[in-house]
Parts: sequence; C-alpha cells; structure tokens
Amino acid sequence: MVVKKAINDPDNLVREIAEGVVCASHGRVRILDDVNVLVRTAIEPDKVAIVVGGGSGHEPMYQGLIGPGFADAVACGNMFAAPTPEVILAATHAANQGRGVLYLQANYAGDNMNYEIAAELAADDGVETRTVRTGEDVSMPVEMGRRGLAGSFFTLKISGAACAEGADLEAAAAIAQTVADNLRSLSVAFSPGSHPETGEKTFSIADDEVEVGMGVHGEKGVATLKMARADPLTDLMIDKLAGDYPLEGGDRVALLVNDLGATTLMELYVVTRRAHQRLAELGVTVVDTWIGPYCTTQEMAGFSLTLLKVDVRMEQLLGRPASNESFLRP
Amino acid sequence: MESVEAKFKAAMIAAAGAVVQAKDLLTRADQAIGDGDHGIGMARGFRAFSEAIEKIDEPDVVACFTAGGRALMMTSGGASGAIFGTFFTAAGKGLPAGIRPSTPALAAGFAAGLQAVKDRGKAKAGDKTMIDAAEPATAALVAAGDLPLGEALAAAAAAARAGAEATRGMVATTGKAKALGARSLGHPDPGALTFTIYCERLASVMA
Repeated sequence: MVVKKAINDPDNLVREIAEGVVCASHGRVRILDDVNVLVRTAIEPDKVAIVVGGGSGHEPMYQGLIGPGFADAVACGNMFAAPTPEVILAATHAANQGRGVLYLQANYAGDNMNYEIAAELAADDGVETRTVRTGEDVSMPVEMGRRGLAGSFFTLKISGAACAEGADLEAAAAIAQTVADNLRSLSVAFSPGSHPETGEKTFSIADDEVEVGMGVHGEKGVATLKMARADPLTDLMIDKLAGDYPLEGGDRVALLVNDLGATTLMELYVVTRRAHQRLAELGVTVVDTWIGPYCTTQEMAGFSLTLLKVDVRMEQLLGRPASNESFLRP
Repeated sequence: MESVEAKFKAAMIAAAGAVVQAKDLLTRADQAIGDGDHGIGMARGFRAFSEAIEKIDEPDVVACFTAGGRALMMTSGGASGAIFGTFFTAAGKGLPAGIRPSTPALAAGFAAGLQAVKDRGKAKAGDKTMIDAAEPATAALVAAGDLPLGEALAAAAAAARAGAEATRGMVATTGKAKALGARSLGHPDPGALTFTIYCERLASVMA
C-alpha cells in the first residue's frame, strides 16, 4: 500500500523542505543558492558558529532547530542519509564568524565520515572546527557506539546558549561533550514510517506488539512486547534509562518526551505524567520538561524518552532564551 | 586505434553506469539489512562520477579516479558516499600523474584506496562491508603482476564476487546494519555488491 504524502517530485523534496523553513522564518533564515544549506540571516558577529545537520525526513531535527540560541546553519542531507562534505563545508563557510565552527552531529557511521571529511576540507580553507557526536540510545551497549536519537536537541540547546554567551570554540565543544556524556534515550515503536522516495515501510511489526529500543530508521530494538498500557511501558523505559547511569536519589534531570512522528500529544501528556511520577519515586528531580515532535521518522508511531542529568552549569544554560525559525516572540 | 587511456575512461563510465542500473537490486539488498537507501545514494553518486569523468579532455588514470571520486563523495551522501568517494580519490592520489593504465598501476591505486577506506571507516575484512570485496579484488590485481589489464581485472572481479558472496556468512559490526546482529546473516553486504558490479563491468570493457 502506498502511503499518502503531500510531496512533489522526490528529487526536489530536500530543497522544498528547506524553502518552507525559510518561508516560516520571518526573514531570519535564508537558503544558499546551489546547496541545501539553511543559514541565519543575522548571525551575531564574533560568535562561535554552530553547524548541525543529518539526513532529512526527521523534521524538525535539524531544519527547525535554527535560530538565536540554537544552530547558525543546517547542512541538509538527503532522505535519511548524512549530508555530503560539500553541503557541510558550504554551511561551515556560511556560518563562520572567524572564531571557529562547532559541528554537532548524531552518531552514525555516515555522519561521522562525512563530517570528518568536511572538517579536513575546512582546515584546508583555514577554518578551525570541533566535532561533538551525540549517541545516547541505551538499547545498544556503549562499546558498540550508541546511535543518536532526540538527545541531540539538548546538546544543541546547551552549547547554543554557551556560544550565545561568547564561549570560545574549546569551551563550546567541552560543554557539548559534557551534555552528550550525560544523555540517555530509549524509544518504543508502535508502527513504521515509510521512505518518502520509495514508499517502502522502514520496518514491520505485528498489530498487537511494540518494539522497545528501535532506532529511528527501524534498526532492531532490544525487546518485542505485547502492547501495554502507558504506565507500565513508561516505567519500563524510565527504569532502563535510570539504571544505565545509574541515577541516584537527589540527582536532577531534564526530560524530553519525543513523538516519533504519528503519536498524539494526548498520549505524550499521559506518558509525561507517569515519567514524572516514576522519577519522583526514584528520588530524582525533573528540572525541565519538553514535549512534542523533536526527532521524527515520517508517520512512525511511538515515542522516545530522553534524560539529561544536569549540573548547575547545564541547568543555567538550558534556561537561557532561544528561539527556532518559526517561533518569534520575545 | 583507440588509446588505452580512452578505453580506460570509457570503462570507468560504463562501470559507473552498471551501478546506476543496479539501483533497484542494491535497494532491495539494503532493505534486508540496512535502511534501504544504498541504491538511491549510489545511483546518485555514480551518475555524478561518470559525468565528471566524461568532462575530462585528456583522460588518464589519476584524473579519472580523482575527478570521479570527488564528484561521488560530494553528491552521494550517507556512509556509502563517504566510503566509495574515499576509495576513488585515494586511488587517484596514490598514483603518479600521467601513469598509464596497467595492471601494476591499478593494483597500486586499489591498494591506496583500500587503505584509505580502512582508515576512514575503521572497519576491516570480515566486518561485512565493501572491504570484503575490495580486499580480495586488490589482492588479485597485485598477484596478477604484469598480466594484461583485461585478464587481471577479470581475476579481480571474480575475487570481488566471491568476497561479496562470503559476506552472507558474516555478522555486521558497523553501519546501521550492526544493530541487526545475527539477523544480518544470510544477506550479502550491499556495499560489497556495489564494488563487485563496478569491477565486473570495468573488467568486461577492458577485456
């Protein structure tokens, strides 16, 4: 069965997504002529610039996360595929204010290699870069190289605030790495998304089952369970996340409840409520809560929970003002 | 009579065309163990690869590898774009300018490309990647010594095919397929298939 989608020629899809972001940006974001790069129209002079970007199809990550306190440029990859070095390099030059460029990427082999090549090319051009990878999916062992999920949002939010305050490249990279080290995420998938170019489902799952730990591209999870009510599912996920650190009574965390694409805000509220209850039972304080679509895979249903164990510095930076391309209120 | 340089240029373009034609086969192979976009990315990259080579007026081995590899790296995207782009650009960089197409030249180019891929991707033989096709193909070229290029490439293509088939028995440890663990058994690695298809057409045109 072909999934109905409001798209045009798939060859133009990445460009058309970026053009839509520009239209929604109140003049604060522009698009480069020859490559699919979004860049802020008024980057503060002398700031360390932040370049993000990965495969497209996971909106609002990253196309929607550009603005003051967030990214300065977004290198847009093709559908579910890392951006090429050419795109990353163009974003680098467009964003660079002379104090260096911080690359924030999710930990996938394709992203790692393409950012590595881009960093070499940027160095040839005299631009200093640092790269911080976010990989926080607890369904994989650390030594396997955990993949990145919605946690990249926190890496960007906090290092974005640090750069807005004038941090130099070393300091910005250091705080980004601290965030990445203190992130844990876990997802639960109910039904698949599809690839916009091929129409193919990204995975298959029985009608009465859920897969815990599935990746955003349909990568295998840790367990297939019978569909459960929200509370036991949430408890299972919070316990796995808390156990991975392990969290102790008195710890403080930020919580992100992320819709994988087709799960209702209604459900996210129910899950958020239980996540708060369970964390309170563990003696953990939730200092900040974010709910909604942050990293999606088309019409994939399910949600992910991300915890960030914060210290005083991270908590401060998390609270700093920031706005994305379309939300324009002081 | 057509120069060996012109023939090599035509073979590189034909080999890229063979990968583009295999887009659906490669997509199906990647759906089995990856995220299903390998064919799309490789078709895009190898189309740019052949367009860049077509523009070269004075074809030589180094120009073909370097221009093709750079175009592929800049357009393909994903892990496969970085890997195949690295293979071809490093193959070009590893050879002296103006070197004529010959078995020792191709052997040296492939060896340089293979080493760069290992450095870039941190993978090795047996990890169920394109290295499992590229390493035996390179070894076959080296072992061919001074044999005519057509014969040497035929041996390399056969070695690549055997290597790609052998990836069916391997468990992926890198890329998105690593999350499948033992579920990746029985399926060939899509990157190894791409490398094999490229070698087979290169060999048939140079025969």
